[in-house]
Amino acid sequence: MINIYEVSETNQMIEHENLDVRTITLGISLLDCVDSNLDELNRKIYEKITTVAKNLVSTGQDIEKEFGIPIVNKRISVTPIALVGASACKKPEDYVTIARTLDKAAKEVGVNFIGGYSALVSKSMTTSDENLIRSIPQALAETERICSSVNVGSTRTGINMDAVRLCGEIVKATAEATADKDSLGCAKLVVFCNAPDDNPFMAGAFLGVTEADAVINVGVSGPGVVKKALEQVRGKGFEELCETIKKTAFKVTRVGQLVAGEASKRLGIPFGIIDLSLAPTPAVGDSVAEILEEIGLERVGAPGTTAALAMLNDQVKKGGVMASSYVGGLSGAFIPVSEDQGMIDAVTVGSLSLEKLEAMTCVCSVGLDMIAIPGKTSASTISGIIADEMAIGMVNQKTTAVRLIPVIGKDVGETAEFGGLLGYAPIIPVNEFGCEAFISRQGRIPAPIHSFKN
Amino acid sequence: MKRCIVTVLGKDTVGIIARVCTYLADNKINILDISQTIIQGYFNMMMIVDVSAIEKDFKVICDEMVVLGEEIGVKIHCQREEIFEKMHRL
Repeated sequence: MINIYEVSETNQMIEHENLDVRTITLGISLLDCVDSNLDELNRKIYEKITTVAKNLVSTGQDIEKEFGIPIVNKRISVTPIALVGASACKKPEDYVTIARTLDKAAKEVGVNFIGGYSALVSKSMTTSDENLIRSIPQALAETERICSSVNVGSTRTGINMDAVRLCGEIVKATAEATADKDSLGCAKLVVFCNAPDDNPFMAGAFLGVTEADAVINVGVSGPGVVKKALEQVRGKGFEELCETIKKTAFKVTRVGQLVAGEASKRLGIPFGIIDLSLAPTPAVGDSVAEILEEIGLERVGAPGTTAALAMLNDQVKKGGVMASSYVGGLSGAFIPVSEDQGMIDAVTVGSLSLEKLEAMTCVCSVGLDMIAIPGKTSASTISGIIADEMAIGMVNQKTTAVRLIPVIGKDVGETAEFGGLLGYAPIIPVNEFGCEAFISRQGRIPAPIHSFKN
Repeated sequence: MKRCIVTVLGKDTVGIIARVCTYLADNKINILDISQTIIQGYFNMMMIVDVSAIEKDFKVICDEMVVLGEEIGVKIHCQREEIFEKMHRL
């Protein structure tokens, strides 16, 4: 039988170490809404989402109360809209009407984000893919809860450099369209390589075409719990350090598994996966950077950071995998700059650079995330940064992503404020040498060879 | 049987257990086990209870216990047992 120390350990984690379930994300397939009439398509999308997700938020709240575990976000992911709208949308503005419909549906069911305003163009783009991508700046400027993503490369197909070039322009245009809010639109736009079909985390969530009609995916969190556990093993060897991370990850993931199972049962929707991720928030004590500093770095970004992060990421997976029946999504440690107080501090004191962040993304999920860069950065430079990050994902057979915010009207030394879970970020310098001639080449980078690994 | 864990945490004072037990009895909640300790100078009690006979909604019980805790000046939580079982047992 459970004893008092175990009960107080769990409650201590919840109350003082920010243990929570970060998100229950309900994936909804919109493929059966496809219609060649735009009005009819919008009507069907609104109806399907508001029917399937009707009880999502209240079910989440019930589980929260009964088990005493906070479930921070209830969200929805849908089939990539470039597929759903292909028959009805003839121009970018047509896609914007779907964005408004999704936003309205999200507000109706009470979720804070809806992901899937996406296009999958890892090899090349259809006309409708391109229309959707071109509609992103207006869609993100006119809506509140839409999240958008574009998959521009994969290990199997190589990198679609035409899409990379276009995405650089789109990121810049989105920044300009939302310049009055510190270019907030870009915080809801991710460019991926090897995007997974079952990711519950925003802004990159969408429901892949290989998924069922509706599915429950859950993202766990808990950087604060890991940090606290590691305080007990200061000065000890790597064996004890790794064991402690694994045990903690196991406990955190078990809570996610419990919540996922309950949500699935109550909503009558199958359980998909648990995403084992350490997802930080701007709250003090909920930071991945603080874990790395607890492991022994003076500041994140110092030599040793990549190795410490590689170890952390691997141990989180090793501990979490056994705790859940199905693991998927992005699973690893997130390092979004603006959403992690330790990362923000490291940038402010000059310990963490864009280049070091790029190196860190080689060993953890997901990529260059929530990084504010000067608003004057050119579209081709943004494309260059995207291409670099995509190449890391393509060659290493992992998911990588870029969510950069060129803050219009601001430069290095200033700070961008996004508010809430999105946090704030000091603007980080970008290498000012250009790559225009490289980015303006047409076509794609071929898929890499899988032998002769050196 | 539907088991829940009631935890009471706060500064020690007269009648905490009595008040909590009265509430449980009034709501047909059977106490299966009680343990109590002092953690970091705080009164810390855990009860394993059976809520299968309750007439109110379980969420209402959870809310009323929180209010009762505020009246006594302690923190009371009522949570389903599975969260602890899942985390601490294979």
